[in-house]
Amino acid sequence: MTEETQRGASARPVFKEDEHLPFWKRWMDTDIWHSYKKSPVIIIASIAFMLLILSAIFAPLISPYTPFDPGSLNLMNGFTEPMSKNDFTGDYFFLGTDDQGRDVFSTILFGLRISLFVGLAAVLFAMTLGVILGLISGYLGGWVDGVIMRVADIQMTFPSIMVAMLLYGVGKGLTPPDLRDEMALVVLIISIGLSEWVQFARTVRGATLVEREKEYVQAGHLIGLSKWAIMLRHILPNVTGPILVIATISLALAIIAEATLSFLGVGAPKTEPSLGTLINVGRQFILSGEWWILLFPSLTLLALALSVNLFGDWLRDVLNPKLR
Amino acid sequence: MSEEIVLTVEDLIVEFPTRKGILRPVDRVNFNIKKGEILGVVGESGAGKSMCGSAIVGLIDRPGRITGGEIRLQNERIDNISHERMRKIRGRRIGMVFQDPLTSLNPLMTVGEQIMETIRVHLKISEAEARQRAIAALEEVGIPAASSRVDAYPHQFSGGMRQRVVIALALAAEPELIIADEPTTALDVSVQAQIMALLKKLCHERGTAVMLITHDMGVIAETTDRVAVLYAGRLAEIGPTKDVLSNPSHPYTIGLMASTPSPTGSTERLSQIPGSMPNLRAIPQGCAFNQRCTKAISACFKHLPILEPVDKTDVACWLYDEAYKDEAAEQSKTQLKEGA
Amino acid sequence: MSENSLIKASDLGRVFDVSKPWLNRVLEGSEKQFLTAADKVHFDIPKGKTFALVGESGSGKSTIGKMVVGLLNPTSGNVTVDGEDLFNPKDKKAQLALRRRIQMIFQSPYASLNPRWRVKNIIAEPIKAFNLLEGKAIQTRASELLEQVGLAATDGEKYPHEFSGGQRQRIAIARALASNPEFIVCDEPTSALDVSVQSQVLNLMKDLQKDLGLTYLFISHDLSVVRFMADQIGVLYLGRLVEIADRDKLFEAPQHPYTRMLIDAAPRVDAFGRTADAVVGEIPDPINMPSGCSFHPRCPLANDRCKTEPPSLIKLDRAEVSCHAVEENRNN
Repeated sequence: MTEETQRGASARPVFKEDEHLPFWKRWMDTDIWHSYKKSPVIIIASIAFMLLILSAIFAPLISPYTPFDPGSLNLMNGFTEPMSKNDFTGDYFFLGTDDQGRDVFSTILFGLRISLFVGLAAVLFAMTLGVILGLISGYLGGWVDGVIMRVADIQMTFPSIMVAMLLYGVGKGLTPPDLRDEMALVVLIISIGLSEWVQFARTVRGATLVEREKEYVQAGHLIGLSKWAIMLRHILPNVTGPILVIATISLALAIIAEATLSFLGVGAPKTEPSLGTLINVGRQFILSGEWWILLFPSLTLLALALSVNLFGDWLRDVLNPKLR
Repeated sequence: MSEEIVLTVEDLIVEFPTRKGILRPVDRVNFNIKKGEILGVVGESGAGKSMCGSAIVGLIDRPGRITGGEIRLQNERIDNISHERMRKIRGRRIGMVFQDPLTSLNPLMTVGEQIMETIRVHLKISEAEARQRAIAALEEVGIPAASSRVDAYPHQFSGGMRQRVVIALALAAEPELIIADEPTTALDVSVQAQIMALLKKLCHERGTAVMLITHDMGVIAETTDRVAVLYAGRLAEIGPTKDVLSNPSHPYTIGLMASTPSPTGSTERLSQIPGSMPNLRAIPQGCAFNQRCTKAISACFKHLPILEPVDKTDVACWLYDEAYKDEAAEQSKTQLKEGA
Repeated sequence: MSENSLIKASDLGRVFDVSKPWLNRVLEGSEKQFLTAADKVHFDIPKGKTFALVGESGSGKSTIGKMVVGLLNPTSGNVTVDGEDLFNPKDKKAQLALRRRIQMIFQSPYASLNPRWRVKNIIAEPIKAFNLLEGKAIQTRASELLEQVGLAATDGEKYPHEFSGGQRQRIAIARALASNPEFIVCDEPTSALDVSVQSQVLNLMKDLQKDLGLTYLFISHDLSVVRFMADQIGVLYLGRLVEIADRDKLFEAPQHPYTRMLIDAAPRVDAFGRTADAVVGEIPDPINMPSGCSFHPRCPLANDRCKTEPPSLIKLDRAEVSCHAVEENRNN
């Protein structure tokens, strides 16, 4: 190279400000972090969500009882009011007990576990499926795109809870009767996942349509890269931006869908009750005055869905205001 | 041509506060435009030329704002007036032509309706009369079959024709000043020549002052009377177009002219300015051009140069300052020796 | 000029189907519509030389560029590289070998680099794709390429967004050089750059051509840039070559009325206060092209023959022109 360009290279203004800082320090300087610091609602929502996650993970350690172990149950403890003593052990049932004498606080912790697990797994499934289908649809185009998008269109004309119920029914019918209880959660996850993939697929397809026309993709064609190499190595990393946002919002939807199904009695089995199942159980006692059996699981579900939803909305605003 | 000054920009400063500090895309810029004069504002992307135009019409995106200096239209300050009053000045007293004609046209109204609306804002005439004037305005900018095209919508015109409509619209209210921001950048060469010729003719005929913002030195040479060269938000050189372009004094202008390929220049090698324009966040101390300047002397790294007359142009460069003349001469001597 | 030509495009044509969807056509009773982006384009590029295609929007110059690198299949005609057919290679191996020899530099310095990849990986990708080197040698070669285009080897660790437009275009050049190509198609490589940076990139491309013996197809709308880069120039109008000439010949004695118009309309830094001769009209709709010579509605020399009979290229001294007026000597 000529001397002049060499000088040019050395004269380039370099931004030292970000480069050599450790990762967390750079993170502290991003718009996301600054926006986070300025929104008390989001701080509370995220703390609430973290607490709920932690209590779900450590449920066996936190919960004072093992509510689904028939051996530890005592029917004599049934319908104990909140903050009253266990007559046998002297402990407190501080959220009361249900009809079978199960500690409501413990059942909520374990129910939360199931709800979160089903929600997260369903979203993960929907995300994987949606991203792959969206990529294929957007990149290949033609009849493949036509088929995938028409299926998506048709699915969108039904409420997703109906789709999930339908799929759940079909799934249950297909599993052998002796495996039904074991497979119940898997079927639930798949049916909720299948009802949520469309949003992912549409978004990824749209982003893929934009990216595939960009010149770096053509540069990939030039060196003879395969379709899959271009889709997975070049396009995928550039269409993931909105996925996180949709995943968060879908998580709230999936948790509510799961709760709805379980409330209707078609979701999580009685042996592994989720928050929805608990609410369903509590519903039976609302008129007879045992309000706590219904109220506390409901509040937990509300806190969970609301915190995830608020967090998702905020994330969308910060990461991609155009999605609004 | 009369010497009446239409627009005065004095020590204009535009700033954008950010979390990491204040950015200053326009820094103490001074110029004026006389009646019937076309002033070219030239510079590379990020030099602040569009920001100057936006500042004059009060259209700087938030959180940016004018933090210093004055803008006067016919001796009336317009940099500190209310949005309401500014909106009345835009379109009536200052016309605007942007790179993308669709940004200035309402897609839901026919071009005739839009021109008539503008005409009737400042002239109390009947609708029929306004329509006649709109047709005349379209004819004037060279739109064929104007009497039928007047009822067409913007999307029914080609790119070049749309830009003609925008010019007709900008001129309809008979403004004192037109700000044209890269009006032909999106158009083909042959259409560009037509549009520039049109703008030049109409403005000279009517005595409208024009601020023509562009990056194209060829357009500047052919169209403008005077030219202001911006670099990193500051004026590097300003003067009559012919003097600035054929006998530039600022090392940046010299470099810019030499590196522009021309239909008559060398085909062996282009002269080049090393590096690229500094980002607004990394403008060096002293003269903003010092890191790319081959003639830089010690003063250039310490002090900000101000515009001083050199020959027929005003130049912001220490090389021409009495106090540093000797050092500058010494510098060029050693460079000659090194070169030899 | 054909004995040592590296690239030969003959009778190259491309038609796009721009019809509305089937259902709309049936409902509206409209017919299929086709856009001829390139028609009977032919040129030879000798080894180590630069051939430029110049034209305005809709002239088909980018379509031709894409066909010449093999990104787009032609509807008719073919391209040969050293005598080998680009579109009908003998086998997969031959195709890969051909691809390695052809590269492209794109217009946008922003869209042509994957924003999620580190620069060193962007440059290393072609080396890996063609199995040119292995292991550590790949990164050494990537650093070498970065230095060759005037960047620092350490720049490889950065991401594209950390560079200015001109530097990104240097990275794109380094990537194009990574597969040791002989032929590079440059599609408006500097039209997105500022003048002072454009000159750096153009000089760099010229230096590399000299050092590595590269052959270029240079696509641009800017006549001044084309004059600086090219040895031979083809002028395109609505997908057809209207004039092919050596550089000096084209600028000193342009033959085709369109070429003359283009040269005259280009703004010049030394023409103070000039008003270019008014050119009439704009480029017509390429879907409904004018009959005969497609330039006739704008041509000052057009006569009845031009309106009906499409002209074909006629050979002149150091030039080929497709114009009835030139043929009939009416052009002076």
